[in-house]
Amino acid sequence: MKRKRLLARLWQFQNDNGYIPQVSINKLAQELRVSKIEIEGVISFYHFFHKEPTNKYIIYLNKSIVSEFKGYNNVKKAFEKETNCTFETNNKDSLFSLFETPCIGLSDQEPAALINFYPFTNLTPQKVRSIIFHLKNGNNLKDISSNPTSKIQYKPAKNKTIFFRDYVLGNSIKKLKNLTQNQVLSELKNVGVSGRGGAFFQTATKWTYCKNNKNKPKYIICNADEGEPGTFKDKAILNNLPGLMLEGMILAAYVTGAKNGIIYLRAEYKYLQPKIEKAIALMYKSGFLGKNINGIKNFNFEIELQLGAGAYICGAETALIESLEGKRGEPRIRNLFPTEAGYLNKPTVVNNVETFALAARVIELGSCFFKNIGTKISKGTKLVSISGDIAKPGIFEIEWGTTINQLLSIEMCNASEPYYIQINGPSGVCINQNEFNRKIAKEDLACNGSIMVFNKNRNIIQIIENFTKFFRSESCGNCTPCRAGNQILLEKIKKIKNGIATANDLDDIKKWNNIMKLSSKCGLGKYSASTFSSAIDKFRNYFNKIIIKNKGEIKFDLEAAVFDYNELIQNTQN
Amino acid sequence: MKEVSFKIDGRDCKAEKGQNLIEAAKQNGIFIPTLCYFKHLNPLGSCRVCTVKQNGKPIAGCTVSIAEGMDIEVNTPELLDNRKAILEMMFVEGNHFCPSCEKSGDCQMQNLGYETGIRYTRFPHLFVDRIVDARPERIVVNQNRCIKCKRCIEEVITNDGFKVFNFTNRGNQTLVSVDYEQEAKLSEAQAEHAMHICPTGSILVKGKTFGKPFGDRQFDYAHEGQNIPLTDIKKQVKSNKRKMRVATTSLAGCFGCHMSLLDVDLGLLDLIELVEFNKSPLTDIKKFTERCDIGLIEGGCCNTDNIEVLREFRKNCDILVSVGECAIWGGLPAIRNTVPLEDCLKEAYLDSLTSEEGETVIPHHEDIPKILNKVYSNHEVVKIDYHIPGCPPNANHIWNVVKNLLFEEEFSISYPEFKYD
Repeated sequence: MKRKRLLARLWQFQNDNGYIPQVSINKLAQELRVSKIEIEGVISFYHFFHKEPTNKYIIYLNKSIVSEFKGYNNVKKAFEKETNCTFETNNKDSLFSLFETPCIGLSDQEPAALINFYPFTNLTPQKVRSIIFHLKNGNNLKDISSNPTSKIQYKPAKNKTIFFRDYVLGNSIKKLKNLTQNQVLSELKNVGVSGRGGAFFQTATKWTYCKNNKNKPKYIICNADEGEPGTFKDKAILNNLPGLMLEGMILAAYVTGAKNGIIYLRAEYKYLQPKIEKAIALMYKSGFLGKNINGIKNFNFEIELQLGAGAYICGAETALIESLEGKRGEPRIRNLFPTEAGYLNKPTVVNNVETFALAARVIELGSCFFKNIGTKISKGTKLVSISGDIAKPGIFEIEWGTTINQLLSIEMCNASEPYYIQINGPSGVCINQNEFNRKIAKEDLACNGSIMVFNKNRNIIQIIENFTKFFRSESCGNCTPCRAGNQILLEKIKKIKNGIATANDLDDIKKWNNIMKLSSKCGLGKYSASTFSSAIDKFRNYFNKIIIKNKGEIKFDLEAAVFDYNELIQNTQN
Repeated sequence: MKEVSFKIDGRDCKAEKGQNLIEAAKQNGIFIPTLCYFKHLNPLGSCRVCTVKQNGKPIAGCTVSIAEGMDIEVNTPELLDNRKAILEMMFVEGNHFCPSCEKSGDCQMQNLGYETGIRYTRFPHLFVDRIVDARPERIVVNQNRCIKCKRCIEEVITNDGFKVFNFTNRGNQTLVSVDYEQEAKLSEAQAEHAMHICPTGSILVKGKTFGKPFGDRQFDYAHEGQNIPLTDIKKQVKSNKRKMRVATTSLAGCFGCHMSLLDVDLGLLDLIELVEFNKSPLTDIKKFTERCDIGLIEGGCCNTDNIEVLREFRKNCDILVSVGECAIWGGLPAIRNTVPLEDCLKEAYLDSLTSEEGETVIPHHEDIPKILNKVYSNHEVVKIDYHIPGCPPNANHIWNVVKNLLFEEEFSISYPEFKYD
């Protein structure tokens, strides 16, 4: 067995046994000729792998902030009551195992949960009761699961819609007969296609680097691990237009000369796997994958799919590559681009689902089509997923240059009293009402696709706490500022919640954010405190109300400090 | 190899093209501190202590390969402070009780702490309960002290090529775990090597922990000639010519800092000329009779009485100084902070060897101070103006700080006086 198959093998054991038993670990270690602790290190990195036995139904309830605001607590209680189990503990002799999990890409239908990786959306305590009742009665899980459709709430006028227009299989690939590699690149360059995962690195440049690399073989990797809480726009492509994404990968293979492609699909989207595999099979059948693609001699390309296993950090391209290689998903040090040394140290293009889909549309429609769509710098449209306190949560295909105000309007997501908006998920930025005239555009708010809208009644510190806890457990644990920094920030949050924080504490948070930004290894660490820090400036009034303004003052909560003692003495009196 | 020129902090430097920055800087007489870097390993970039700026962009120094014309910043105020901050993060994330650590004096992280002049940590200590794993054959892994630098993971390999250590879990739960089967294959020398490459006291070899006698360890006499300035201390200008008044107290401490104070020795005679002691165990004055210029606090707060006394000091003193580790972050009494109060008290009064069988009552009385849920540092309770680190702080260190504060004279402390292992 090759190391790169490790995650797939672990999934096998996980699915067969409900956990990965020690004997399997021993077996894998022997096969790979590595120490057992190395296998255990991989297993314990991914939260969908279990080392302890689980029961027939594994329930993962989403604990993202949108879920929290939409009734997560009651749903959690309902699950515990109906199953007679508690979360995060191994309940023997039960049908159920309960776990929490970060965003599962269903923010428009929260609270949501995965049961054996089948989605269940818009949960209420009543709904939970009925689900558990059905499962106890042995009803088929798939039959009772929700079938979450992509709620496409908005597309621009027909002549401006890029993604959600009719899809005809192979339209972009067929064009390759008359296009050289360089012509494909220049088409992409003309439109300014750039990485839609959020980094907005020029796609043509990335592909050119890989193309010019003499080293072989080369790999095309599709990053379908959209883990940024509040993002579910890639899911819409995987669900509605998987072929378009595959065509993008085939284009990349055509340009770079790669022979192999891999889709790294987050396990949270496992229910989409059959659909994607069907689309891949259709591509083979139609001659768009395999040998001599579309009749072009020696244009050979194959695509396979690999499942992640629950780790937000694997959305970072070098961590994703490590994960594909069967390792812990720790980001690599930044001295070489993946186009130089990526998957198995070979030249690799890693692009986001949306980027590949867009590339396919650019070749299909021609760069001229994009001329009058979007802004001067940001051409075309962008997929955004909007959730939170709005009437129409879901997927929006918007023209670049759309303002936040337009997004919030009745015609689009119809927000009620929007107050705090989180752009690009927890690692992004928050904006206040004064900034609602800003544009979604690369030159202003470069949005990766996640927009969460919260109204005035929402508790900002609850949002920040949710984000910080998310980063605390999703950090790869390797570098100090990220691993320790987020734990330390939670101490400040505790202080704020106890009402004993002063203006000094807020200054500290801003300074500590700078330290984390300066010294963390990867983007996760660098930006994990930036929302907290910027919220302090942007929602000054809110923070002024919950802290002590006098900088010199230090408030000590003596009552809280003796609470444990008083309780204990009272309980041991008799 | 081609020689290239580059700049560090504006200084012209030369090195081989592609050379590692840490090595290249060293050759040019510039020291970049590191905790995970090893010349013969691929750079790990995990500890982040060596963070520098390359052409204005922050990056871990150990991951930089020198190229022509590079502009590197190493010792700017921002980067120096950042380095200190990362070390402080390591100190608060683990449970580093240096006075009770076998590696003290031989510990790279501790040495770097001195070197960067850490007096107290800006971050709150986390006091997470961590295990000490003594199951392995030859070694003991003390998770309280691990900084996850990854050195052992990369470096300690059995003769047949198996890793002995590896990361397990992720996020704040990340641990360096041991493969017991592979560990058993290590030779004595290999196990000792593991202990030596560990930059803290996390990996110890059973029976070999005090292999080197005190005074003979790696950092015992390092930087002897070096002085540490007390530049962060603002002089207190007083117009009146009266004797300065000093108050002292010991809260949750061991009186060791007071003993150290007495070690000022003959200086004490000078001191008496210049200052008078008010409330202090030295004078046995129980209540403040006058307002004091300076209050020296030994020990942190573990009960309600400590809180009361500390607040009294803040009320009656112009300047308040935390003296010693316990005052600064809880110190040894704070070892209990990783254990819930209930377990502590039950262990002490109900389940101890000397307690009566079936004992259920934890002794308490309204006149006895209540025990706090954890030991607090003084600056969590009241505003503290200065911190004098040490366990105990050297007498000269205390003396010089007091002189700096009260008499507008500038003093520095010598490196050995700043160290306290």
